[in-house]
Amino acid sequence: MGKDIREDIAWAQINKDVLKSLESPRKLYWVIIVIALLVFSVGIGCEVYQYNTGMGVANMDNPHVWGLYIASFIFWIGMSHSGTLLSAILHLMHADWRKPIYRFAEAMTTFSLLTAGLFVAVHLGRLWQVYYALPYPSERWVWPNFQSPLLWDAMAIFTYLSSSILFLYIGSIPDLAICRDNIHQGWRKKLYTLLALGWEGTDRQWRNFRVTYLTIACFLIPLAVSVHSIVASDFAMSQQPGWHVTSFPPYFVAGALYSGCAAIITLFIILRYVFRVEEYMTLPILKKTVRLTFAIAMVWTYLNCIEFASVWYSHDQVAKDVLIQKATGPYAPFWWAMIFCGSVVPFAMMVKKWQTNIPVMFAVSLLLNLGMWLERWMIVAPTFAHGYYPWTWDHDQWPSLIQWGIVFGSFGWFTLLFMVFCKIVPSVSMYEVKEMVYHRSLAKKKEEQAVKEELAVKGAN
Amino acid sequence: MSVSNLLENWSEFRHTHPVDDKGYPDWEAYPSDIKWAMAIDLDACTGCNACSVACYAENNLPVVGKEKYSHGQAMHWMRIERYWDENDSGFQADQGARFLPMMCQQCEAAPCETVCPVGATNHTEDGLNSQIYNRCIGSRYCSANCPYKVRYFNWYNYPEQENAWPAPLNQQLNPDLTVRTKGVMEKCTFCKQRTYTARNNAKTEGRPVQDSDVQTACQEACPTGAITFGNLHNPESQVAKQWQSQQVDLIKDVQEKDEKEGNRLRGYRILEELRPYPSVMYLERVRESAV
Repeated sequence: MGKDIREDIAWAQINKDVLKSLESPRKLYWVIIVIALLVFSVGIGCEVYQYNTGMGVANMDNPHVWGLYIASFIFWIGMSHSGTLLSAILHLMHADWRKPIYRFAEAMTTFSLLTAGLFVAVHLGRLWQVYYALPYPSERWVWPNFQSPLLWDAMAIFTYLSSSILFLYIGSIPDLAICRDNIHQGWRKKLYTLLALGWEGTDRQWRNFRVTYLTIACFLIPLAVSVHSIVASDFAMSQQPGWHVTSFPPYFVAGALYSGCAAIITLFIILRYVFRVEEYMTLPILKKTVRLTFAIAMVWTYLNCIEFASVWYSHDQVAKDVLIQKATGPYAPFWWAMIFCGSVVPFAMMVKKWQTNIPVMFAVSLLLNLGMWLERWMIVAPTFAHGYYPWTWDHDQWPSLIQWGIVFGSFGWFTLLFMVFCKIVPSVSMYEVKEMVYHRSLAKKKEEQAVKEELAVKGAN
Repeated sequence: MSVSNLLENWSEFRHTHPVDDKGYPDWEAYPSDIKWAMAIDLDACTGCNACSVACYAENNLPVVGKEKYSHGQAMHWMRIERYWDENDSGFQADQGARFLPMMCQQCEAAPCETVCPVGATNHTEDGLNSQIYNRCIGSRYCSANCPYKVRYFNWYNYPEQENAWPAPLNQQLNPDLTVRTKGVMEKCTFCKQRTYTARNNAKTEGRPVQDSDVQTACQEACPTGAITFGNLHNPESQVAKQWQSQQVDLIKDVQEKDEKEGNRLRGYRILEELRPYPSVMYLERVRESAV
């Protein structure tokens, strides 16, 4: 296991190290940016074609009216949850190990929400009328349908997105001020001056900052839970077999935290290398994150089993048929891959040696996310393939390359946003790391004091 | 501003529609003279597809072509389903197929209506699910939640597509209704343009709508007269008589006759147990072997 953050690291050194990450990342950074651009342009190309031609090119058909878009939408919404978990919940629990990594987790929240929003747009048949779904004042007194879970979705996501942008921004203000004070020219100086809102680090500012940060953190936690519960309602509130399950909301929330944590591990490993912040994103922190992910993986597995059991014993023959179809029908390879990646692979995180082994954890986190993406797909597709009405059973539908291209492109979009962000805003929270170092050095001093006293007592004896 | 209008309208709506959930569609809360309904005799149906063709002609349905049809992107509002008898050795082709004409069941408690985010699909006062093409944004949630899968999405821009109405079919597009653009949902309307005209005519003449006023296109085309259509609220109408003689009650999710032993009545509604209260009654086929 590598070293943890040094307690004697000087505060000025922290500033210097983190600010350096904004200026001279490794070459790999630019490689990633170029690849992300290419991947994103594939998605753009597919969407332009689909927009002009019609949704038919996605190869959706009568029973399969929803496809990979909705599955990926849930996936990206889910990814957004761990940022809140790390920055808000762990903040309230005073877990100090979160401090060097919460900033990028929070950025991940915002950008995966933006990616999810993209899928709403891609999915709609008439994107140009999307504003109909918003309750805007109209001279014809026409309102959206407040009964529809999709409308709740739109509201929940807008609220969550705006709150998490606010949270991310407010949490970065002290750091943006450090950037402002240390960078003396160019557009960056102007940008930081604007964003830092005149932060001077006075006592009063810090006090207000603490209260604001805490308030938004408390506000964000119930929001995070409600957002994915509402996404789950899109399915649970419908009448379709395999969707009409009461346990969906907690199941979705657990799945969201799970995939989010797995994504944090992936990005943790990439960031610490690309931005040379190995000294801050240390292996003991990785270990804590891995343990947290394992715990959530087990919760998800448990809820998954509950869902199967409740369908199995419900005497709802159609829902049961859908479950059997998932396990034995044309979707079986994907369904079992989901079980494998989501419930079996996490046990690799139990091996102590592997918990801090970068290549192994990288591979595991990718597999976990693959599993969670498959989970979302396996919720959406099989119900369409084998619904209530036998005449419309369609087991052979396969998403077209256009659909796959857009899903593929969304990863490029996310990576692009995320990487640009990390180059502009410090991805390690400087002021919180300073706090952490301070607390730890205090603790160490206390310890040394205790040892000394003990020795003194022994000497006296 | 319209926010105050919303609140005002809401309180007015709640005043005239008090919340009193009886567990079934409440006729007294929504008084109406007309409830369009259908009865389809599967014993008479020969699977000739005339109804489907008539529907294409009447409702400006685009012909999507072989390739899109095989992709499941057909626009047949009225479709003839074929079911084959099955025994131990598989499907029995020599027994012949069983046919079932399927269209929107115009449910009273329609699963499609509640889930639409923009309220593009609504219940009309004559008991139909309307679809407002201009309002639809194409989220396809209605189709996802439809147990019968009778809603059809415009996957392409058919009015601009070549051969959607190959000549001379383009000459006979029905001027009484629109063609639909890409990205909107559509479905059977029980020939809305015809029922609307019939109602207007009856109103002008100051009398209730009668059976002789209106026929749907599928009903008109059916050579065996398997389809009956009319106003269920009018006890003199043929469809009301049929529903009554089969003891099928619109507002029940389990019919009393089905609970009784030795019930020989043929009337049933599809997926009744899901409680959408469909407006189409089917009459079971009695012949054990076909033709």
